[in-house]
Amino acid sequence: MAPLLSVENLSVSFDTDDGVVHAVDGVSFQLEAGAVLGVVGESGSGKSVSSLTLLGLTRSARTTVTGRASFDGEDLLAAPEERLRRLRGNDVAMIFQDPLSALHPFYRVGAQLSEAVLAHRDVSKQEARDRAVEMLGLVGIADAKRRLDSYPHELSGGTRQRVMIAMALMNDPKLLIADEPTTALDVTVQAQILELLARLRDELGMAMVIVTHDLGVVASIADEVAVMYAGRIVERASTETIFDAPEHPYTWGLLGSMPRLDALDGADLVPIPGRPPSLIARPGGCHFHPRCPYVREAHKVVDPELVAVEDDPAHAVRCLLPSATRRRVWQELRAGVAPERARTDVIEAEEGER
Amino acid sequence: MAEALMEVRDLVKEFPIHGGVLGRPVGAVHAVDGVSFDVLRGETLGIVGESGCGKTTTARLLLRLLEPTSGSVAFEGRDIATLSRRELKPLRREMQMIFQDPYSSLNPRKTIGSIIAEPFVVHGVERDASARKRHVQELMDLVGLNPEHYNRYPHEFSGGQRQRIGVARAIALKPKLIVADEPVSALDVSIQAQILNLLRSLQRDLDLTLVLIAHDLSVVRHMCDRVAVMYLGKVVEVGDAAELYARPRHPYTGALLSAVPVADPRLARAARRQILTGEVPSPSSPPPGCRFHTRCPKFVAGHCDVDEPLLTDGDPAHPGHLAACHYPLGDDEGAATARPAA
Amino acid sequence: MTAYIVRRLAWIVVLLALVSALTFVVFYVVPSTDPAQLRAGRNPSPDLVESIRHTYGLDKSKPAQYADFLERAVLHGDLGYSYGHDEPVRQLIFDRLPATIYLTLGAVIVWLAVAIPVGLISAIRRHSIFDRLAMGIALLAISAPVYWLGLVCLYLFSKDIGQFPIFLGSGTYVPPTTDFGTFFGSMIMPWFVLAASFAAFYARLLRSNVLEVMSEDYIRTARAKGVRERIVIRRHVMRSAMTPLVTVLGLDIGVLLGGAILAETVFNIPGIGRLSYEAIQNGDLPVIQGTVLLGAFFIVFLNLVVDIVYAYLDPRIRYS
Repeated sequence: MAPLLSVENLSVSFDTDDGVVHAVDGVSFQLEAGAVLGVVGESGSGKSVSSLTLLGLTRSARTTVTGRASFDGEDLLAAPEERLRRLRGNDVAMIFQDPLSALHPFYRVGAQLSEAVLAHRDVSKQEARDRAVEMLGLVGIADAKRRLDSYPHELSGGTRQRVMIAMALMNDPKLLIADEPTTALDVTVQAQILELLARLRDELGMAMVIVTHDLGVVASIADEVAVMYAGRIVERASTETIFDAPEHPYTWGLLGSMPRLDALDGADLVPIPGRPPSLIARPGGCHFHPRCPYVREAHKVVDPELVAVEDDPAHAVRCLLPSATRRRVWQELRAGVAPERARTDVIEAEEGER
Repeated sequence: MAEALMEVRDLVKEFPIHGGVLGRPVGAVHAVDGVSFDVLRGETLGIVGESGCGKTTTARLLLRLLEPTSGSVAFEGRDIATLSRRELKPLRREMQMIFQDPYSSLNPRKTIGSIIAEPFVVHGVERDASARKRHVQELMDLVGLNPEHYNRYPHEFSGGQRQRIGVARAIALKPKLIVADEPVSALDVSIQAQILNLLRSLQRDLDLTLVLIAHDLSVVRHMCDRVAVMYLGKVVEVGDAAELYARPRHPYTGALLSAVPVADPRLARAARRQILTGEVPSPSSPPPGCRFHTRCPKFVAGHCDVDEPLLTDGDPAHPGHLAACHYPLGDDEGAATARPAA
Repeated sequence: MTAYIVRRLAWIVVLLALVSALTFVVFYVVPSTDPAQLRAGRNPSPDLVESIRHTYGLDKSKPAQYADFLERAVLHGDLGYSYGHDEPVRQLIFDRLPATIYLTLGAVIVWLAVAIPVGLISAIRRHSIFDRLAMGIALLAISAPVYWLGLVCLYLFSKDIGQFPIFLGSGTYVPPTTDFGTFFGSMIMPWFVLAASFAAFYARLLRSNVLEVMSEDYIRTARAKGVRERIVIRRHVMRSAMTPLVTVLGLDIGVLLGGAILAETVFNIPGIGRLSYEAIQNGDLPVIQGTVLLGAFFIVFLNLVVDIVYAYLDPRIRYS
């Protein structure tokens, strides 16, 4: 079956006064109907720009988009604005990070919900309102009819995010793109929202793209994970594989930086040294090389491709180190060895062998 | 047992709400409502809670950046709430704060050299300008900044570096106590780890006592010796970190721990999640009795909504692990929501 | 909300009392012609001046005069008798107020009709030729003083002295009930001249508000919902961008109702502005008191109206 969403070599760059910002650089992935893809990255990774571009929300005179993206067989990037408008909020819906600023402060929630339907279907205001009540119920908001008359600032954070989700579902979308859906919420509310999203995936068979910086969020809900750095996908694999057997130094770094509830007592976190690169003047060769503990001379010049791992076609890595080497390093890191020692143990040993 | 560097007793902070024709106070937001705990010398104490629990207000009260409505905050035995400004000033050298937002906590019009030097200037230490500069540059080196950037301005630095500047400023006068209010929330994950490691190593090297305010339970677990959990202005549980995370006694703590997203897909799907219903009530009209009763899975009508539970010891084997609950979690209930130790 | 309004109204009374006291004090500190002399006409005898002084209570002490004034104003609504004109102040004000109101309202309509489309289009087509031209002209219009612009317009377009006689000139004002055509014709230039700088300011203000609102998250949400761009602009952007304009509009109306002195003088319109100007020239304290109080009243009252309207427009604002 053809995938619901297919992205091939998507690149987005912005022409700014400081130079050309290469926000997204050759991103490719596919999403089946009903599946969940997690896109993980820090600020400047290009994860948000990728998803906004799919819906045409980054189009402007100073933006250059190349590559291919198709939804349900239809080309998104070349589609005229009116065609995209008809897809937005209809077949493809999007929710954003901060529900307080993402909802209009001057209009009641009911009006904003109804608008989502009225923009696409020729129904009466009352029918739109009824649908709104139905959706609010679906996302677990009690006393839905009364809530329609509330203003966004009168609701709590969790309820607001549920309202945003309800708004996205008004027209039964096939795909939901969630950009940092839980970041602005309290922990207990985050859990509620993630549980809601999982339930919706099961009940509605909706495909989802969850964009986040929190690996914990994707662990619970995603089938597949794509890790992004400096505008590129550096690793892509099933969720289990990303956590069990990751093969990119950045992914190792992300996993090592996260304090975990089940971590060894007293162990220091293993941060990634340095800072994310400028997207205007990107480092030559592998973009991660200035921060990579395992860098070699060649990596500063040669650009790695995203290549599938030998025994797992669903697992692709963008790294110049040989796969066998990477696996050995990961074993060491998992055992608690520091990156510097892992480097000497594995990489320099290999070079010695030659 | 270590001695207490700070003793907080029955601390209350109310923010009045004005209304009516004459604008008189008609109610109050009970941000902090009777909080008591100790901060032991040399430890890292974590204060966790969600929005509206009062942890940031507590942090400010500890340093008397806000005036308490009632209660006492004793630093080395002296109640700082009653001191005059003159008496308070020398004490301020001993306690410093690191703020949450690295973008707004540094004066954009001052060079970072003068920002870090400011504590010296205010307290009349290191009057010689060149000695001061050298001292500042040592501090910059200590926190991982390039001393040559002495004359640069905050906007020329990234979020993580700005937070390092804030840290350098806080440790300048070698305080005994540092209160860090969500020091890494505004930073990317990989940078968070750098700053947390920095705080840990500084604490070891400079023999600091650290109070860490955070909403991220994993961060607190990683950094803290003891943890206090706050809900709606009250401390609901306090104790040794490892003990509290392994065997939480208050249902809210259990739910908090259960809610943290786990970076392990198998555990994430298998763990028995205790999802709380409802939202946090408003701090201006807290529920009667136990404040958590409106969302508590162990709620008993007639008891929990009438009698407010006090912080009490449970298990004699773990003194110092206190919980404010009439029906605390049993060992089996708590353990199911916690994580297996690696 | 009611409690809030009651509180504000009480403050208005206090404020007006303060304003009147201040005016009183200032008038007597600043030297000007002796009102009794003025009233007495040409070559008065000292007795006449003295008797006039007594009639007006000018021989009493200052605080006593002020107390008299307050008593009359509060209890009888009597603002005194003009020294210069032969009428009670209240009558004078009622006679002159309509002209000022027509001038203000007409100018408001003109400047909003110009500023809103110009501001919106400039923002949407940022950096285009339209935008640059519009903002450039706006800068000129803001910089041009009303009296200069008025005189230039009269010189160019006035029917009696202008180079291209199109519009009725200065001094042709008649009340609308007398002859609507002449009234309207006489007000065209004053309206446009008065509106010019305001239109420019509001256009620039709206432009910057629209630009700011366009980058807000909720606009992105509206587009992500698939709402047509026209509706996004009309319903989402404008609603947010126009709301701050309401505040400014209310205050500007308040100030103008107190008398657009320059415009009224240049075009010889018998409004409150002209009245207060003449009164100051002639040291006519009761009239000055009256117009100052009127101006102060309009400003604080419009202030209150603006706050209430704002609370209605922005549901996040609640006065407890």
